[in-house]
Amino acid sequence: MEPAVLTGEHFLNGDVACAEGALAAGCRFFAGYPITPATEIAEHMSKRLPGVGGVFIQMEDEISAMAAIIGASCAGVKSMTATSGPGFSLMMENIGLGIAMETPCVLVNVQRAGPSTGLPTLGAQGDMMQARWGSHGHYEIIALSPCSPQEIFYQTITAFNLSETYRIPVLIMADEIVGHLAERVIIPQSSKISLQSRPRAKGRKDRFKPFHPGANGVAPMAHAGEGYMVHFTGLTHDERGYPAMTADAQAEMIERITGKIQRNLDKIIQVERYRLEDADIALVSYGISSRSSLAAVDEARERGVKAGLLRLITVWPFPEQIVRELAKRVKRFITVELNLGQIHLEVQRCAEGRAPCLLVGHAGGAVITPEDIVKKILEQT
Amino acid sequence: MNGSTAPKHPLDGLLRTDRIPHIWCPGCGIGTVFSSSLIAISSTGKDPANTAVVSGIGCSGRGAGYVNLDSYHTTHGRAIPFATGMKLANPELTVVVFSGDGDLFAIGGNHFIHAARRNMDLTVICVNNLNYGMTGGQAAATTPHLAKTSTTPRGNPESPFNLPLLAYASGATYIARWTMLHTRDLTQSITEALTRTGFSFIEVLAPCPTGYGRKNRLKATDMLKIYQEKAMVKNGINPAETILDLEHGITLGKFVEYDRPTYAENYKAVCGE
Repeated sequence: MEPAVLTGEHFLNGDVACAEGALAAGCRFFAGYPITPATEIAEHMSKRLPGVGGVFIQMEDEISAMAAIIGASCAGVKSMTATSGPGFSLMMENIGLGIAMETPCVLVNVQRAGPSTGLPTLGAQGDMMQARWGSHGHYEIIALSPCSPQEIFYQTITAFNLSETYRIPVLIMADEIVGHLAERVIIPQSSKISLQSRPRAKGRKDRFKPFHPGANGVAPMAHAGEGYMVHFTGLTHDERGYPAMTADAQAEMIERITGKIQRNLDKIIQVERYRLEDADIALVSYGISSRSSLAAVDEARERGVKAGLLRLITVWPFPEQIVRELAKRVKRFITVELNLGQIHLEVQRCAEGRAPCLLVGHAGGAVITPEDIVKKILEQT
Repeated sequence: MNGSTAPKHPLDGLLRTDRIPHIWCPGCGIGTVFSSSLIAISSTGKDPANTAVVSGIGCSGRGAGYVNLDSYHTTHGRAIPFATGMKLANPELTVVVFSGDGDLFAIGGNHFIHAARRNMDLTVICVNNLNYGMTGGQAAATTPHLAKTSTTPRGNPESPFNLPLLAYASGATYIARWTMLHTRDLTQSITEALTRTGFSFIEVLAPCPTGYGRKNRLKATDMLKIYQEKAMVKNGINPAETILDLEHGITLGKFVEYDRPTYAENYKAVCGE
């Protein structure tokens, strides 16, 4: 066996760092389909998984890749897939299956510019609303957004931990720039990496209800082969997992799958605040755009403007409360993202008219520069 | 069940009796195929705790919901890739895919041919009722040319797949076709499939009086008569020579059984430690 955790200092691109993060998190099943700019994740997993006792399979499309990781997870193995825009669109229906079956798994979207085939080799952050609402029906999702190879390594571990804790598919919304950017990545000793596992079924097998929530709203999970004879379905179901075709059962199930996230927001949401304490202007950004934003804050400060940055590590669930609080004291928000206003809409919603909300956006295919952002900051002061 | 005095059925242990009555229509053939599957599962003597059933969407897709085993009712067409992930994650499991012709061969056709190509160790049971029953009898990839359905009111302009041939060309290592009238042969085939290693495919013709039958003036019993009169059992015949023609004949039998390494065996040999 080879080591799953490659402790040490490395020079890795974001895609490879993501794959290493998955292995460090205990991922032992990867199903994927080649797509630029996410392919390197699959390639690296195909190389590494056999050596750590795992299985890699290249499926016939992204639909089957997503189905396969849910199936693997139902058999008890931590599983992941990785894709980009077109494949992300194809995975949407089975993301909903993972939500309804409350099955842990991780999906990485290394975003490229869309719509359609778009700019396969160039970055964007245009799938953020799709990440939130792309599968049909009403549900909650968890999505993280990394800004560097080092961060994607850690976020992938976090993604698995959240996914296991809350029995939910977790999305890593990376972008082509982070995916292909090579930087120093420090991988800690495995003893320093804290891992979570899904709550497991115990007790009488004939009385077990696979969707009966535990104390934190999350039901313990029984795997195929453990003798609990569970039934999982994408149909609206009761706590036994049995289809229940009524409005009441629907209300109860949706409350269960949304409530377990909404009641644990403080444990799920992570943000980073940079020079926000006395800020008049709050930048809100995530992923690669947050790095330009960071530089822009310093530049604006040098020019005498009190700018700060709210960097979203968790994009979904959206840190509503934090933005609402900020709205009470900042003079304006500027959202910086590689689309023409998606998270911007969320900032607007949560600012509730207390502060003007501006956007530094871009259709994708390039990076937003610190200069673009500084210009917008200075225009408004 | 309310403490009824009805005698216990020998298969009750494998049924979620608290989910009965089922949704299948009077005259539907799925229940017979389902029974054969349960008898076969029971007759293998394997621990039921190690058997998982995966279904897609449709009338046959409801099969997973009635079986008292670990059972997964997935998305339309995706039972096979779901089962693939499950089998690779836990190779000790016997994984059965129980679904319909629309699910497995139209929306899920691509997954079928690739799982067969990989010789994924799965048993795939396809209940072929020649149409989409759940949605009210639309044309499927198995509907005979000129047959009437609710989306081919003037007759089907398309031609159907010959499923055993498709399976053979794709690399399936066990291929059989029966009708739900041939329950002993069917049960025997499912038992063989469950106890061997590799991608096993069993097609079972079953009447859909509510959908296909109503549009083509075939009562459930008419369909059974066709099965009886037109059946030609030809074990071992080349799948290319099989036919499924309600007027001229329906070739039944175990057509193919041979061994070649499964995906997992090849993966271990090529990528293993």
